[in-house]
Amino acid sequence: MSLDRIALSRFRNHADTVLDQAARFNVLVGENGAGKTNVLEALSLLAPGRGLRRAALIDLAQAGGPGHFAVGASLTMHDDDHVRLGTFTQPDRPARRLVRINEAAASAVALGEWLSVGWLTPAMDRLFMDSAGERRRYMDRLAVAIEPGHAAHAARQAAALRERNRLLSGDEMPEAAWLDGIEAQLARHGAALAQGRARLVEGLKAELADAPAEPFARPALTYRPGGPLDEQALAETLVHSRRRDRAAGRTLIGPQRDELEVVFAAKDVPAAQCSTGEQKAMLIAITLAHGALAQKGRASVLLLDEVAAHLDPVRRLALFERLAQGSAQVWMTGTEMAAFEGIADRAAVWQVSGGAAQRL
Amino acid sequence: MASQEIETLAAALARMPGLGPRSARRAVLWLVKRRDNALPQLVEALEKVRETLVECSICGNVDTSDPCGICADPRRDARSICVVEDVADLWALDRARLFTGTYHVLGGKLSALDGVRPEDLRIAELLERVREGGTDEVVLAMNATLEGQTTAHYIAERMEDLPVRITQLAHGLPVGGELDYLDEGTLAQALRARRPLG
Repeated sequence: MSLDRIALSRFRNHADTVLDQAARFNVLVGENGAGKTNVLEALSLLAPGRGLRRAALIDLAQAGGPGHFAVGASLTMHDDDHVRLGTFTQPDRPARRLVRINEAAASAVALGEWLSVGWLTPAMDRLFMDSAGERRRYMDRLAVAIEPGHAAHAARQAAALRERNRLLSGDEMPEAAWLDGIEAQLARHGAALAQGRARLVEGLKAELADAPAEPFARPALTYRPGGPLDEQALAETLVHSRRRDRAAGRTLIGPQRDELEVVFAAKDVPAAQCSTGEQKAMLIAITLAHGALAQKGRASVLLLDEVAAHLDPVRRLALFERLAQGSAQVWMTGTEMAAFEGIADRAAVWQVSGGAAQRL
Repeated sequence: MASQEIETLAAALARMPGLGPRSARRAVLWLVKRRDNALPQLVEALEKVRETLVECSICGNVDTSDPCGICADPRRDARSICVVEDVADLWALDRARLFTGTYHVLGGKLSALDGVRPEDLRIAELLERVREGGTDEVVLAMNATLEGQTTAHYIAERMEDLPVRITQLAHGLPVGGELDYLDEGTLAQALRARRPLG
C-alpha cells in the first residue's frame, strides 16, 4: 500500500505540482528553498494533525495566491484498488481544514484510518538537547498517531492546568470546592495522558529491542512520569500539593513535568552528550521503531527530510537496507543525488526547483 | 447606497448571532418591501418585549413576567430543579418538554482564566432555593466541557450537606449512534456510565 498521483495546488511555493508513478523509495533533489520539504509537508497533512512544521493553515496557502490550497493523493491498496485522500481549505474559510476521502467529506481523524505518516526533519535534530517540553510534545505526536484519543486528553489536561494555575495565583487561597472541580478534570485527563505516553514508550522499547544495535546507535528509552499514573492517586497528590504549588506559582506534579529520557545504550551515555551523528542515528532508530509500531495494518509513509546527507556512506547504506526491510513507503529529500547512491536505481527521483517537480 | 437610517438598522441586525452584514442587508431589504405589514408587526413585537422583558427572580430565566411562565406553572414539579448554564440551555431542554420540573439558570460557568467566580453566577440563589426546603432533586445539566464539568463538580460539593438528591445528565452513546463511529473518549464514558438492564 503506497501513495501515488500526489497533487499540490497553491501549496507553499507549489502552484500546481503533480508527482506521478511514485515508488517504494522516492527521492526529491534540489537546491535549498526549491520546495522539497514543502512536498513532504503536504504528504504529512494526509494524516491527522498539523503536519511536520505545525504551521497555521493560512501559511500553507501559496503567497500571493488566492489564499487557499489543496493536497491530494491516491492510496493504492493491495488489490490495486485506489482510495483518494485529499485535504484543502476554501477561500471563504482559509483557517478551516477540510478533508475528502473517496469524494466524500470526512474528518481529519478519518485520514488516520487509512494512513500512518511519520517524519524526521532537521528541526528535530536538537530534540535531546531541547527542553523537556519539546520531548513531551514529541511523545504526544507519536502517541496520537497510534491512539487518536490521546490528543483530546492532552488538550483538556493543558486547559485544566491553566485553570488551576490561574486559580492558585490569586491573592487568597481559592475556595476548595472550585479547586476540587478543576482537579477532578485535571486528574482524569492527566492520568489518561500519562498512561498514553507510558504505553507509547513501552511499545517503542519493544520495537527497539528487536532492532540491530549496529550501525545505528540504539537508544534506550525511559519514561519518567512527573506524577502518579493512576487517576485517584494523582487527584490526591494534587490536593496535598496545593500550598506548595501556590507558593511556586505553578503545578509541580503531573504529566506537565514528564520527561522522556534517552540514553545511548551501548555506551550508557545520555543522548544529549552524544555526538551529532549519534543523536541523528538514535532519532532514526526511534522514527523507524515508531513507523513499525504505528502501522497496525494501515499504509505507512515515512518522510525523511535531509537525512542521507548527515550520514557517512556505511550508515547511509545501512539506513536504505533497513528501510527496504520495512514495508513503509519512503520519501527522502537531499540537495545532491550523490547522497542517494545505493538506492537511486530503485527509487523514483524528482528534480525540484522553483516550486515545480520534474521526473528524472 | 442606502440611507443612513437603513444602514443603521442593517448594522444593528448584523451584530446578531448567525447573521452578519450580508444576511442583515437581506433581512432589511425584505422588511423594506413589506413595510405595510411585516415591518409594523416586528416593531410592535420588539417594543412589547422591550417593555415587559424581565429576569425571573426565582430561576433566572428570561420572560415577560416574574416569576416566569415555568416557575408560575402549577403543573410543574417544583421539587425538582434542573440547573443549566444559560437561558439557551433551558430553552433547548424545554423545547423537548421532557423535563417536568423547574429550572435554575446560572448565567455562565466557572472559569479562572475568564475571571468568572462562583459569586458571579447564580449559585448562592440556587443554594438558597434548596435550603428553603421543598426540593427533592437537583439535576446538574452542565455542558460536557471542562468548565461545565468543573462547575457541576463545584455545585455538587457545595450541596453535599443539603438533604437533596444530586444527579447529573448522562454522557455517552447518542441515540441512534453507532459504536463504530464514536471517539474513544465518548466510548470510555459510555462504558463507565453503563447500567443494569431490565
